Amino acid sequence: MDNAARPIPIRPRDYKSEIKPVWCPGCGDFAVLNAITKALAFLELPREDVSFITGIGCSSRIAAYTSVYGFHGVHGRALALASGLKAARPDLTVLVAGGDGDGLSIGGNHFIHACRRNMDMTYIIMDNEVYGMTKGQASPTTAPDWADSKLTPQGTGIRPFQPAGLALTAGASFIARGFTGDPNGLARMLVEAIEHKGFSFVQALSPCPTFRPEQMEWKHQVRGFEQETTSDPIEAVQRIQADDGMSTGVIFRRQYPVFQPGGKSGDCMLESIESEFLI
Amino acid sequence: MNSAQACDISLAITGSGGAGTITAGELLLSLAGKNGCFGMMRRSFGPQIRGGEAAALVRISHTPVECMNDHFDLLLALDWRNADRFAEEIRLHPGSLIIADPAAGQIPDSIAGLGVDIIEVPMKKLAKEIPAGRPNMIALGLLAHWLGFCSDEAARLITEVFGRKGEEIVNGSQAAFRQGFTEPLIVEAREARPRPEPGEPAFTGARWHFNGNQGCGLGALRGGIRFAAAYPITPASDLLEWLAPRLEQFGGSLVQAEDELASINMVIGASYGGIASMTATSGPGFALMTEAMGLAVASEIPAVVINVMRGGPSTGIPTKSEQVDLNMAIYGLHGDAPHLVLGALDHADCILTTEWSVRLAEALQTVAIVLSDQNLAQSTVLIPEPEYELPPIKSRAIADPDENYQRYQETRSGVSPMAIPGTAGSTYVADGLEHTESGKPSTAAADHAKQLDKRLRKVEDFDYGPHWADIRGEGETAIVTWGSTTAAVREAASRLAARGDRVKVIALRLLLPASPDKLAAELEGVSRVLIVEQSHSAQFHRYLRAYYDIKAMTHTLARPGPQPLTPGEIVDQVEQWS
Ligand SMILES: Cc1ncc(C[n+]2csc(CCOP(=O)(O)OP(=O)(O)O)c2C)c(N)n1
Ligand code: SF4
Repeated sequence: MDNAARPIPIRPRDYKSEIKPVWCPGCGDFAVLNAITKALAFLELPREDVSFITGIGCSSRIAAYTSVYGFHGVHGRALALASGLKAARPDLTVLVAGGDGDGLSIGGNHFIHACRRNMDMTYIIMDNEVYGMTKGQASPTTAPDWADSKLTPQGTGIRPFQPAGLALTAGASFIARGFTGDPNGLARMLVEAIEHKGFSFVQALSPCPTFRPEQMEWKHQVRGFEQETTSDPIEAVQRIQADDGMSTGVIFRRQYPVFQPGGKSGDCMLESIESEFLI
Repeated sequence: MNSAQACDISLAITGSGGAGTITAGELLLSLAGKNGCFGMMRRSFGPQIRGGEAAALVRISHTPVECMNDHFDLLLALDWRNADRFAEEIRLHPGSLIIADPAAGQIPDSIAGLGVDIIEVPMKKLAKEIPAGRPNMIALGLLAHWLGFCSDEAARLITEVFGRKGEEIVNGSQAAFRQGFTEPLIVEAREARPRPEPGEPAFTGARWHFNGNQGCGLGALRGGIRFAAAYPITPASDLLEWLAPRLEQFGGSLVQAEDELASINMVIGASYGGIASMTATSGPGFALMTEAMGLAVASEIPAVVINVMRGGPSTGIPTKSEQVDLNMAIYGLHGDAPHLVLGALDHADCILTTEWSVRLAEALQTVAIVLSDQNLAQSTVLIPEPEYELPPIKSRAIADPDENYQRYQETRSGVSPMAIPGTAGSTYVADGLEHTESGKPSTAAADHAKQLDKRLRKVEDFDYGPHWADIRGEGETAIVTWGSTTAAVREAASRLAARGDRVKVIALRLLLPASPDKLAAELEGVSRVLIVEQSHSAQFHRYLRAYYDIKAMTHTLARPGPQPLTPGEIVDQVEQWS
């Protein structure tokens, strides 16, 4: 093939749309967008072969800021919508994203079942430990003593979910935690997640400077896991439990059976089904 | 007694769970088909998961029937343990024939006191004497003889049905059947009493044997459905179980979702991917789906939702029928959300209505809700092969690759071509947020108005043709109805016609969008309208008042379940209204 005919490698910005994000200045979600577009460019995935499904929240707006196919659905149901799409269209690369409220509160049931079902897709929770879009309420990952929400003025008093641990027990086959302060690291993690066959879960620590200004300190608290990725769930659970939730890296990766329904030849005729009714 | 009357017989087979009453009923209905008859069968169960009581309610006739009759002409009781529970459902008359096993104890006073005719046959004892013989096969033999059916056909049928279970069972069943068929008491009874005459079959074409759930399933396949997602719920589960392996045969699939919120969202996802998709549920699950149905309307994704209605509210009476989710189907979506609501009128119509709904949802890129109910879903009919012709409907409009593609572009019809993921150059983001023509989120009044108009126009301006309603007969009195009540109304109308009272029956199939002008035209010259439905709060009557301007005098027959409306009730209502 001569050089002229070779397609120009797609640049990350080719995966961005013209739409200007609604996000506040300094919001971690910008870095998630950058990491995704970098990962897609690295993988040279044709835009039309990627479908990006999101729920509702500041973070869930992200689909509209990309130039791939997308669906901005209802609050909490992105994984369900994505699972239907993947079931019907196994040929597509399916990405899913949303907030910690979207994925772990209203969408919690879909989260555990998507982990268990292990369809080949990548799910990013953009975790800011708060409901940004509805202006600052506690989420399932918020610390029990966070008292800055008028809805829970004494704090929730409830211990938060540990998303990685939840994903592990629910059966996810790829579990990683990244940080928006390191968009290149996050992008590399996403490349691995997309390439992994099965359900890949990436928790992206993504600060909300508007409602959780103290999260601007995360850049001093986040560090990489010391250990390599494990395929042993017991080791993974120990690692997750021993950690304060601020260590990043691919924690767990293992091959589990991937759920993909259908796939039969489909040469059946209506007449043969109708004949079942004939007496 | 003329033979037409004689050959419309309603009978019930009752017994404890495991007694095989349902098997006997099913075989009897199949046998009726082989003997040139038509018929219908309903099953009635107690609340127990397994065991408990079970009754097969069978109607056999020379002309196609679609509903149960008011009374039962024959009751065969394998035992009397649950006589009280069935008293409400199995109404007898003084002429009814009772076939009972003397070993089962005394016939309850509530039945014996009616002055019914009683034959006692020791079914249990006779069965015991036959290796692998069962009382229900003795019962089948007795009933087949009473009905004048051919015993050779029965033998063939038993071999066909029990063949899988091995030779011993086949032989035992055959022998037990013959024992019942030749039982001197029944032979004598048939000689001595007015009895059903088989007569010459009036119809020689193909007969179909199916229930409403299967009808909806077939309609879905005919319409092109290739993906389904669902969560089990009575009485929709059988539809899903029927569909699952058949979708696979067509290269599609059915996914059992974690709940109904997931089911409907999976359907939307698959349909967004270009595959015609559906779910089926009942009231409680349907309630959970309403938010996402709004999403499908706003994002213009075709989706078909079948609601097999049951007694409500809440868990209600899961195993019985009511027409009570009409309000929810019509008004249950949030926002101004134009969508389609269709009701299946009878078993054959389950096929037509579901196929039509799929085609409409695909063409108009919106949600089509199909209302069926337990009454249709879990009763089996034996009818002439259903034939119908739908008007040609364009398939889903698919966009060609185009750099300037606008997903929600204004068009005259309101339908905008849809780009399917995988198509280069036309990527877009489907959105439940209000949007511009390109799909960009927008809160501008002009964009909102434009998209609201577009979504309404495509649904309201579409020409639905003659299938909006099923209309039969003429008369100054009209009965307006919908759904599974239609069959009882039609039968009531033919009984009234036989007495010289002509009644026009209008059964609405397309409920949303409403067709006020078409109904007004049909009611031209009608002076009074009876509105018939199975709902305590008269949901259908209220719906008619909201969408139609009925000039004639109106009257309502609206009553709740659990028992289906009968033709006699409707006849009484018309006669009393003068
Ligand atoms: C059914 C429903 N309930 C509530 C809401 C309101 N709502 C919108 S976004 C949101 C939470 C957003 O928090 P999160 O998912 O953590 O995302 P973030 O905005 O922080 O990115 C809520 C409660 C809704 N849109 N739909
Ligand atoms: S509110 Fe928080 S999460 Fe939402 S855009 Fe602003 S900074 Fe980001």
